[in-house]
Formats: sequence, structure tokens, C-alpha cells
Amino acid sequence: MTEPVRGLRIAVDVNGERHERDVEARRLLVHFLRDDLDLTGTHVGCDTGNCGACTVIVDGVALKSCMMLAVQADGSRIETVEGLAPDGELHPLQQAFSSFHALQCGYCTPGMLMSAKHLLDNNPEPTEGEIRRAIQGNICRCTGYVNIVEAIASAAKGGGK
Amino acid sequence: MLLAPVEYARPSTVQDAVRLLSTHDGARPLAGGQTLTNVMKARAAAPDVLVDLNELHELRSISSEGGGLELGAMATLNGVIRSSEVASARPIIAEVAAQIADVQVRNRGTVGGNICSNDPTNHLPPLVTALGATMTVLGSDGERTVPADEFFVGVYMTAVGPGELLTKITVPAADGAGDGFASVPIGKDGTCIVNAAATVKDGQARIVLGCVSATPVVLSAAPDEASVREAVQGAGLDPPSDVHASSDYRRHLAEIVAVRAVEGAQG
Repeated sequence: MTEPVRGLRIAVDVNGERHERDVEARRLLVHFLRDDLDLTGTHVGCDTGNCGACTVIVDGVALKSCMMLAVQADGSRIETVEGLAPDGELHPLQQAFSSFHALQCGYCTPGMLMSAKHLLDNNPEPTEGEIRRAIQGNICRCTGYVNIVEAIASAAKGGGK
Repeated sequence: MLLAPVEYARPSTVQDAVRLLSTHDGARPLAGGQTLTNVMKARAAAPDVLVDLNELHELRSISSEGGGLELGAMATLNGVIRSSEVASARPIIAEVAAQIADVQVRNRGTVGGNICSNDPTNHLPPLVTALGATMTVLGSDGERTVPADEFFVGVYMTAVGPGELLTKITVPAADGAGDGFASVPIGKDGTCIVNAAATVKDGQARIVLGCVSATPVVLSAAPDEASVREAVQGAGLDPPSDVHASSDYRRHLAEIVAVRAVEGAQG
């Protein structure tokens, strides 16, 4: 695209399903996912790039979807929290979050899960330090992180305490 | 927060990006978007046209040249952290990049973005200044190079003019120099309250302070604690006060991080 446009028809693969939509250039990826595709698992938290509640994985890279334009995702493969349990059976990370009481209000959980998935996709046997560093961009105001770190460590080991 | 209406272009060549930037008033380059998107939400910036640089793969390259480095402006911070070229030439760049924000931001955020946004609290402006880097700036009239010492001209302002683009950062070979960096951030890997980068070579320290002025402050001193403290005290610093630190406290911290950066450069 060599001349500026106000909007664009984009095609994306979200959790294995192809979607084509006309989007305005100003539309943030998080709003595209929530409002255009009705995938409301991805949360808007701070909307300033700090909290990580909107974390999704785009072409294998974890990012905060409030800091990317939907038009920039054109042609990409996006993973959101909905893709973790496509048939209703919990992903090992989700099961571990449940077992370890790694959530209270749950608002940060979708972003936390996607950051954890990105970590385990790239580093299947992380140390505690690596887990803590991986979720540094995800803020939880309920749990104090201890149970979240334990849940991720457990999922990395295949579940169990 | 919705962004104000904006136009968008995604050029596939650097030349086309420069053409778009120089022929459209109010056009701004969009690199990683980890700063620009947020200032647009806050209406602190209102570009008319966003020129997305993410398809310009040639700007992502990181290469080693004669022991030095050529960092493409669109190299991501995580790309720098993982680069074997950076690790062998000037590993301090990877160490400092790893202290910026968090995984998600480092996945998208770019070297050129951190440098060109030139927020006085950013990590890379003092670092590339300490390393004696040279910036390559491309405009419709061609390419020019600007030493880091002259590149940072004010808060959020650099030598990159309207219609121009930073394309690469050339870092000279260490050639026996040691590099160090120290900061006092707001939480681990958070925004810096004060930072300092240093290179020590042939018994002389080049120290560059961040967060204490509109642009990085360059000092020279013998690489011992007393000389470094004296150089910082004699710099006439008048740093800003904010909720995180008073001006006096920032001036005090500037001495501490300068000493630590010089120690790191000799460690």
C-alpha cells in the first residue's frame, strides 16, 4: 500500500479461524478483537501499555494489543485466550491456574495466560526467575503473583503440585 | 481509548517511506508503536498520516562490521538481546535493552524508536552517546550521518527532521574499551529516575547521564570514584523535580549511578 488510506480490508487468522473485515486505520487490535470479532476474552485494562491484560500472541510473538493497530495485524496469525480451550477442555495452563488459585477477580488472567503460553512455547522448562521475568508486563492486583508463578511452573512440569 | 482518525500507509521500501514522510504534512513514522500509540490515545500527538515501517525488513538487520555494529533502526529490543553480533561486539547494548519495560514491549519496541522518541528517561540515548555511535538519517535529499553527540537536541526532539527517517545506528568496535550502565528505575526494569552509561578506555572515562536534562549530558573524568563524583558535581546539573525524586535527590543519584557505570565499565 503506497498511498495513505483511512481504512483497510484486513484478513487475519484468529485461533485457526480466518476473518476478513473492513477496519479504520485508527482501530486498535484489542478493539478489533473485542468489538468486531466478539472475542471479549482479551481485556482492556489500563489502555496505556502497562498492565498486559490485553496480551495476545501475533505470529508467535506476545504483545499488548492496545499498542498495535488492527491494520498492522493484516495477514497475521493471532492467538487469544479463547484459543486455549477450543473444545471447552481447559488448557494445562488454565487447569494449573484453577488448581493453584492463581486468580481472584480474573481480570488479568487472559493476558497472564497468553504471556505464560508465550513463555512455555519458547522455553518449556523455565526457572522461577524466568517465569517472573516473563510475566513482568502483566499486572495482577489480587494474588501477589506467588500462586501464578507456581501455576505456570506446574503447567511446565505437566501439571500437578 | 479510541485514537483520533488517522491515515495509514505501509510502504515496502525505505525510499517510499521517505517519500511518504516528506510529501504528506503531519506524517509520522510508526515503528514499534510502544510510545506513539499511547501518546496518540492521550491526544499528546496527533499525526495525520502514520507511515508504518514494519514491512521494511532491511531496517531490522543487525550486522557486525570490523568489530563494530550496524543496528537497523527497526531492530526490536528483543532482537538486540538475542543477537550474537551484539553479544560479541558490545554486549552492554543487549544488557541495557533487557532492562527496558517488559517482554511484550521488547518484542515490539525498536532501537530506533527508543532513540528517536528521546524521552529524557529513555535508556538508549545516553548509551549510544557513551558508545560514540553514529546515526544515519535518510531524507528526500539523500543520506547524512550525525554523531550521537549532536543527535539529541531537546526533549522528544532529535536531529531527524520532518520528512526524514533514522535508518541505522553504527556503533564503533570496543577496541579495548569497557562499557557500563547503571540506573535507579521505578521498580525493576521500570522508567529511569536517573541513569548513566560509561565507557572507559586508555585511563579515561566518558560518562553520559540521562534523566537530568533535556538531552544526555556528556562528561569526562579519570575512572576513579573521586574524579567521577567531582565531574558530576562540576557539571552544573539542574535536573527536574517530580513525584519520584526532587531535583536535589536526582543530582545526588546522578553521582551514584555515574560511579556505578564507571565501575561496571571496568568490571
